[in-house]
Amino acid sequence: MPKIKMPKGTPSIDMTPMVDLAFLLVTFFMLTASFRTAEPVTVETPSSISDKIIPENVIMVTLDRDGRVFFNLSDPEARKEMLGSMLSKYKVNLNEEQVEEFSFMSTFGCTMQELPAYMNTEAARRVDFPTKGIPTDSTRNELLDWISFAAAAAANTGKTAFEEAKLKGGEPKMEDFKPKFILRVDSKTLYKDAATVIDVFRELNLNNLNFVTSAEAIPVN
Amino acid sequence: MAEIAESGGGGHGKGKKRAKKGSTRVDMTPMVDLAFLLLTFFVLTSTFSKPKVMPLNYPAKVKDPSTVKAPKVNNAATFILADDKVYYYRGEFYPKTKPGPNGPTQLEEANFGTGENSVRKMLASWNEYVIRNKAILQQKLDKKQIADSTFTRLVDELTVDKEAVKVLIKTDDKALCKSFIDLVDELKIANVGVIAPTDLSPAEKDLLKEKN
Repeated sequence: MPKIKMPKGTPSIDMTPMVDLAFLLVTFFMLTASFRTAEPVTVETPSSISDKIIPENVIMVTLDRDGRVFFNLSDPEARKEMLGSMLSKYKVNLNEEQVEEFSFMSTFGCTMQELPAYMNTEAARRVDFPTKGIPTDSTRNELLDWISFAAAAAANTGKTAFEEAKLKGGEPKMEDFKPKFILRVDSKTLYKDAATVIDVFRELNLNNLNFVTSAEAIPVN
Repeated sequence: MAEIAESGGGGHGKGKKRAKKGSTRVDMTPMVDLAFLLLTFFVLTSTFSKPKVMPLNYPAKVKDPSTVKAPKVNNAATFILADDKVYYYRGEFYPKTKPGPNGPTQLEEANFGTGENSVRKMLASWNEYVIRNKAILQQKLDKKQIADSTFTRLVDELTVDKEAVKVLIKTDDKALCKSFIDLVDELKIANVGVIAPTDLSPAEKDLLKEKN
């Protein structure tokens, strides 16, 4: 019997396909990953069976577990318009840089007086900014002004977006471009606090609200 | 790739200088390591699920509440959320001073489980009419006897039907948002179409105090 020849030298495996696959996956995850923007407040939302995905053009009011009120408007153009109206109403000044930064910021929460100081704080430090949130009491209802200016501005930008979509062809629905009103509450927020915010919305005749929830399986009977 | 690049070509030493021949392979191990590291990072950090929203219509605010008379509602149920408990009563509210046909209204306790006395079980039996008819419509839809839009319209009509349960939600000062959302969620599971969050009346507040 002839001897079995043992191969000499280092054994080599062609790993090209594996590496190809690895890079493909890396690319896929890099492109699909959506990073959460830094929020000045952490909120644990309750869960529900609803499967409606959060819409695009939104005005969002966030309530943390201490009942502090935060505000967000998704559209940067509308944010600038809204800020302009707010600054002139409350006679607060911000420089151009701050206005620019404001339009790309996410959720914020402070009184109008605190706003310049709030904008001067580094983005990462805003979590610790000592504030009681946006005031909602009837004597100085800043939230009411934020919401009404935001609704007006977002309706404008929504209309422009609708016209553009119409020019591009297709049959866009006006309903999809109107701003939606979202309420994000923590599980442990008192409903009483949420009710004051809801009352502000109702005051402005905005009765169609949406609660942010995390998904939950539908029970089978 | 994974092998060690052999020292290629001839040795240094005497003789003519020859251009290095042989393996042009580059050691790619570090790159592959990095690729897998990134892969692991993105797999672990990426979140796919966008948050969902649950729509809820609030009744329009009236300027002068005294002018509005409460409408007569068929098949109403009222849920009262207090602290960590949930109470309910059916039909109209009869205070002690003015008892109805079955005496004054009593608050019953319920829970958010799936067993006895759970909100889910109760709603399923109260709203049986809607649930049964919706199932029939669903079957028709599955067999393509009715269109999508017809189905949604019929279901909407069904939930405001005389036989359908209409629910009022009242909350006391200590109720948490979690129980409120849980309750609305249960109502949506039971296909309740008319949901109205309102304020507690003084008589109901007194009744609630007795319970605690």
